[in-house]
Amino acid sequence: MTILAPIESPPGATDAGTDATARSSRRSGHAGVPAAIGLVPFALYLALFLALPTIFAVGSGFASDDGFTLDNVLALGDPVIVSTFANSIGLSALTAVIGAILGALACYAMLGLGEGSRSRGLVEAASGVLAQFGGVMLAFAFIATIGLQGLVTLWLRDTFGIDIFADGAWIYGLPGLVLPYIYFQVPLMIITFLPAMSALKPQWAEANLSLGGTRAGFWLHIGMPVLAPSFLASLLLLFANAFSSYATAAALASQGSQIVPLQIRTALTSETMLGRENLAGALALGMVVVMAITMGLYALVERRAARWRR
Amino acid sequence: MSARGIGPSRATRWVVAVVLIGLFLVPIVSMIEYTTRDGSGGHSLVNWLALFDPANESKYRPIWVGLGNSLVLALVSVAIVLFLLAPTMVLISLRFPGLRRIFEFLVLLPISIPAIVLVVGLAPIYLVIGRTFGTGIWTLAFAYGITVLPFAYRAIQASIDATDMKTLAEAARTLGAGWPTILGRVLAPNLRPGLLAASLISVAVVLGEFTIASLLNRQNLQTALVVVGKQDPYASVILSLLALAFAFVLLVVIGRAGAARRTSKGRS
Repeated sequence: MTILAPIESPPGATDAGTDATARSSRRSGHAGVPAAIGLVPFALYLALFLALPTIFAVGSGFASDDGFTLDNVLALGDPVIVSTFANSIGLSALTAVIGAILGALACYAMLGLGEGSRSRGLVEAASGVLAQFGGVMLAFAFIATIGLQGLVTLWLRDTFGIDIFADGAWIYGLPGLVLPYIYFQVPLMIITFLPAMSALKPQWAEANLSLGGTRAGFWLHIGMPVLAPSFLASLLLLFANAFSSYATAAALASQGSQIVPLQIRTALTSETMLGRENLAGALALGMVVVMAITMGLYALVERRAARWRR
Repeated sequence: MSARGIGPSRATRWVVAVVLIGLFLVPIVSMIEYTTRDGSGGHSLVNWLALFDPANESKYRPIWVGLGNSLVLALVSVAIVLFLLAPTMVLISLRFPGLRRIFEFLVLLPISIPAIVLVVGLAPIYLVIGRTFGTGIWTLAFAYGITVLPFAYRAIQASIDATDMKTLAEAARTLGAGWPTILGRVLAPNLRPGLLAASLISVAVVLGEFTIASLLNRQNLQTALVVVGKQDPYASVILSLLALAFAFVLLVVIGRAGAARRTSKGRS
């Protein structure tokens, strides 16, 4: 019963939302030691299954049989690995840009639909599903669509005489990942960008009009500058999303390791790379660095974007 | 409060909607068409019936085993969310509000750490787990609990923010309730929408997980889809369709839970 010590409540700390975060960053009294014991199980869990694996993954990049080594990290300079990273970054950037533009367009089309409107609710639910619809199932969806026997493939061949695989079965290579990736990027863009779009205030448009501005002028001078940070933040999130995605590629590209996650798979499972078992760690380290830069930029841009959402 | 003056014209709205929805329906329509091919150029439900035909039981057994494993994993992951994450979040909000920032950073961290990176570090840990707890499928849920953290956190935190936790807890204590009662009978019912949403989204994430299971050589629904898909792509496409429909239903239920939360908040 010792944990029943009085609860210090800073005024208003129970208010909903961001106020609470802001206020609670001030230290609120000293909580007793027994209450802190309640934090231990979760802390242990995080330590064992989040911190430890991350340290192992990144640390093994520096490990060899005789202890510390930079060999594996230096192996990241290998032309094959450099080009794999380039592939991964290129694929993620391309699908992030296309996904962001299409998604922003969809958000624009939904502008003016009320927050609680039925069609908007449906779009949000569908986007939620499709953004989660990555992985293996997406690979099967695209095999059924543009696979060698896919509906669209056969339709193009039989109706227009176009053989999309005239130059080889690209769907099982790097180019085959572009369409499936866009398929989960657009819904993610809708989920992350819609709140920013809805925060555009109609009053701004009215002010612009009453001061003699045009609709194009509104977007050029008000809408786009206000939305730019949010757009960039979402774009970075989309990039991170594609960069860390593994399952779709693993199910689709059965051979070769065109992108970094597939290279990690090869390094983890292959026996031909004996003596290089820590290469997976070095590759993981490379991924963590790219992700850290991306998410760091995201945090910076997001802070600026939040300014307009108050 | 319509956004007149900045919103698109009716025509633009429709063009964008029709084009985008059309593009997004193509793969789904293709999947349906693909699963109804009967092998001789016609269409029938033969592939769908074959999936549930007892004669094919051994062929599709990996799928049912994988589905069973995935359901066990979903259950244990939800237990981790409800009995480990949620009480910790309540404790943080009641007693350690100063820790909220760092806590939020930690639980959102799994978004920035790709599952494929986590797997590299989990491999040695699961060697040890295998030796102590055996190689039962449920142990994989420890890793899945981490991957669902960010989603579950957001859902639960929304409910915590909408609830006057301190007043409820103090009132219950004044009336002589102990902490188990406060947690289970006072706070949990108030956080129900968030707990429900967190559980459902955890189920959705776990059922869709492939990376960790595949590289740690465990069988779940997704790895089974790949295995069976190599011999019989129809079965895998059918199950992908069903999974998509299931996920949509889950998300609609989550949406309802969210709507219920908003109305109950409006009442108070």
